[in-house]
Amino acid sequence: MQYLVSVIHDGAGLATPDEMAAIDAFNDRLQAEGHWVFAGGLGSPSTATVIDNRGGEALFTDGPFVESKEYLAGFWVMAAPDLDVALKLAAEGSKHCNRKVEVRPFL
Amino acid sequence: MSVADIQEVITRAHREEWARMVAALTRRFGDLDIAEEAAAEAFATAVGRWPADGVPANPGAWLTTTANRKAIDRIRRENKRDDKQKEARLLYDDDPSGPLDAIDDDRLRLIFTCCHPALALETRVALTLRMVGGLTVPEIARAFLVQEAAMGQRITRAKAKIKTARIPYRVPSTEDLPGRVSGVLAVLFLVFNEGYLATGPDTDPVRHELTAEAIRLTRLIRALLPQDGEVAGLLALMLLTEARRTARVSAGGELVTLDEQDRGAWDAALVAEGHRLVRERLAAGVAPGRYQILAAINAVHTSARDIRDTDWSQIVALYDQLVRVDPSPIVVLNRAVAIAELDGPEVALAAVDRLADRLAGYHAYHATRADLLRRLGRSQQSRAAYDKAIELAGNTAETAYLTRRRDQLGRARDSAADGDRRRTEE
Repeated sequence: MQYLVSVIHDGAGLATPDEMAAIDAFNDRLQAEGHWVFAGGLGSPSTATVIDNRGGEALFTDGPFVESKEYLAGFWVMAAPDLDVALKLAAEGSKHCNRKVEVRPFL
Repeated sequence: MSVADIQEVITRAHREEWARMVAALTRRFGDLDIAEEAAAEAFATAVGRWPADGVPANPGAWLTTTANRKAIDRIRRENKRDDKQKEARLLYDDDPSGPLDAIDDDRLRLIFTCCHPALALETRVALTLRMVGGLTVPEIARAFLVQEAAMGQRITRAKAKIKTARIPYRVPSTEDLPGRVSGVLAVLFLVFNEGYLATGPDTDPVRHELTAEAIRLTRLIRALLPQDGEVAGLLALMLLTEARRTARVSAGGELVTLDEQDRGAWDAALVAEGHRLVRERLAAGVAPGRYQILAAINAVHTSARDIRDTDWSQIVALYDQLVRVDPSPIVVLNRAVAIAELDGPEVALAAVDRLADRLAGYHAYHATRADLLRRLGRSQQSRAAYDKAIELAGNTAETAYLTRRRDQLGRARDSAADGDRRRTEE
């Protein structure tokens, strides 16, 4: 079972060096314990481009598909046998990256 | 057997078998939705067949077998994963009557799953009442004053989340247990209260199946966590409340208040067990939580052979302690009831009136005011307060009691508006 753990950014500024170090340490642990699938940080919403190619001609729009104070700043994909394990890992992740996180299961 | 007798047998079987069936079906088929539907279909089949075919020798076994068939039928119909089907077929041949421990374990699993912290509190209560308590969706909707469709949706969404996000079907690990237990206790207390003071015009005033189920489940949790003070406290509170159950409603279906109850009719064994638990917690010497203090208050009440022997100063002291742990307006209201006995209705009424903003929509606030005003001889205002309490009360026994009390007030024909006008003139 895999879970997407989204990091929700609701303040100003990117991760501090201390936060980055904490995230690295947490990632090492995820790998050592076999929960690691993938993780990454994302550029800010202003770097996003929305594409709609349903009409035959690809339409590009500068900016994110939804403007919001809270946005996705990064994510983990974690392997966990059930939600209890995923919630514990996500709680650790929230502490290490100093952000709110959201857990959603992959289908 | 008459139709009414058969209906009675089905009702009893539902009360006794529902939680066990859903729990066992969930373990076997790994799906709450299938378990719930199969259990419900088994009972629907019983309603259709038993009047013509007669009641089977062992209704529980018949229902279990039928529910298993229904579940397998559905899995086949939906052409689920092969392994699920195989598993289902294999397990179908199992002896349905496992040892008691396994049954209790299943029910605990079911309740921890329904009370999972990833679900909203109102969802946990609804799911527990449906899956463990066996209430129908309309009954739950009525109990929580929401639309039936909305309640149905809430339960459906919860089942889908449990399945998709894979909320595990198990008793939590030792390290997680304390935190998870307090969530379960909150749900069990709500279930108990809905049984104790059932809402709805067509509902029995006391739904013993709900209070009994809440007690059964709390006992299970207690066996699991014998050192947890709040588990012991909640169990004691339930037992001391349940002990008064039969004395609490008259033959005519009217609520009998504590001061008018026949104390000889209280269940002495339950009182003794409750007192034992309270003493055990006192001896532990650990600062008590909300349930333990409530249990202690009930222990003081049930220690008095006569209402006049009640140690009201002790009760007020316990309420003071409770207000520090839980300063909710309802606690303050209940404290005022004790204050009335200690310092008189005038002092109590002043305390109650300060809660007007927060409790205007709560029937017990108006019922308490009505009683205090009656004792102060202010019949007009008392009548208006009774009217409001009757309007808001959802419990049939309580409504009957309040109506009688109101009608015993002196002047019968004064309108509420009259009362209001007079109050401003006073």
